[in-house]
Amino acid sequence: MSGKAVRDINALMQAIPYARFLGITVDQRGNEITTVMHFSDKLIGNPVLPALHGGTIGAFLETTAIAQLAFEIEGDSLPKPIGLTIDYLRSGRPVDTYGRAVITKQGRRVATVHAEAWQDDRSRPIAAAHGHFLLKPADEPA
Amino acid sequence: MAADDITEEHIALMKDVLIQHVPHARALGMNVVNAKRGEGWLSVPYREDLIGNPQTGVIHGGVITSLLDNACGIAVQLALPERMSIATLDLRIDYMKPATPKLDLMAHTHCYKVTTNIAFVRGTAYHTDENDPIATCVGTFMLAANRAMPMPITPEVAEEAAKFLKKNKEDQA
Repeated sequence: MSGKAVRDINALMQAIPYARFLGITVDQRGNEITTVMHFSDKLIGNPVLPALHGGTIGAFLETTAIAQLAFEIEGDSLPKPIGLTIDYLRSGRPVDTYGRAVITKQGRRVATVHAEAWQDDRSRPIAAAHGHFLLKPADEPA
Repeated sequence: MAADDITEEHIALMKDVLIQHVPHARALGMNVVNAKRGEGWLSVPYREDLIGNPQTGVIHGGVITSLLDNACGIAVQLALPERMSIATLDLRIDYMKPATPKLDLMAHTHCYKVTTNIAFVRGTAYHTDENDPIATCVGTFMLAANRAMPMPITPEVAEEAAKFLKKNKEDQA
């Protein structure tokens, strides 16, 4: 690893109330991180199947992308989402969900990230997202 | 029932079945505020445990994703000629500005096209003025994707939905 201090991404995520609400933790091993969304009943969107709510999967992928950006890019403020496109590939079963993200392009102001979520089998993702994030926000609107 | 007479009573039923029986919608405190054929208005009240940025108190983008996804699904259900199960195929969200801390979120969604297999929806998340959006979205939904998830457009259907959910609960027990 490089000389820079390794940030505790899990602690950073636990400081986000909504990440805690969804039960998201970060497993940090060496230079890789995996996000985990621990299953709980409040993540259900369709109780008949049952299946995870699409919104929770989208939120999880967005958080996974933000965690990856925070892990790789130094900065005091969290990156802000500009746009996110989510492809729902399979129905999310009522079990834990894992996520990984790759920064496909990092510019000065904007980074492009691809994130995937899976459950038992990483080769069978339940959803994938592609998003743009603002790294150094200009003056924020009030 | 005629296509356009979605009444207060039906909205109340939708609140009950589409929110109260969807655990995540309930956990976020989601509400069906209004509805008409192919269109839905939903709200999520501001809450501190939904914050995404602890430095600013701004609600997490994921809450907006959940709200828009749910609101899009409801708009599709309200556009369909008959009840059927639907599944989100894709959803694109553009964030225009951060949500203002302490203000409730609103979403207005419109299902503007239904084909044999796919429904097309767009929507806006805002506080009070839809012309000053926090986020916009466009999504597609697969129709008849899975086992039926009843949609309570009529009291009879709501009753049927309640029975279906009860049976499902018993099957799981």
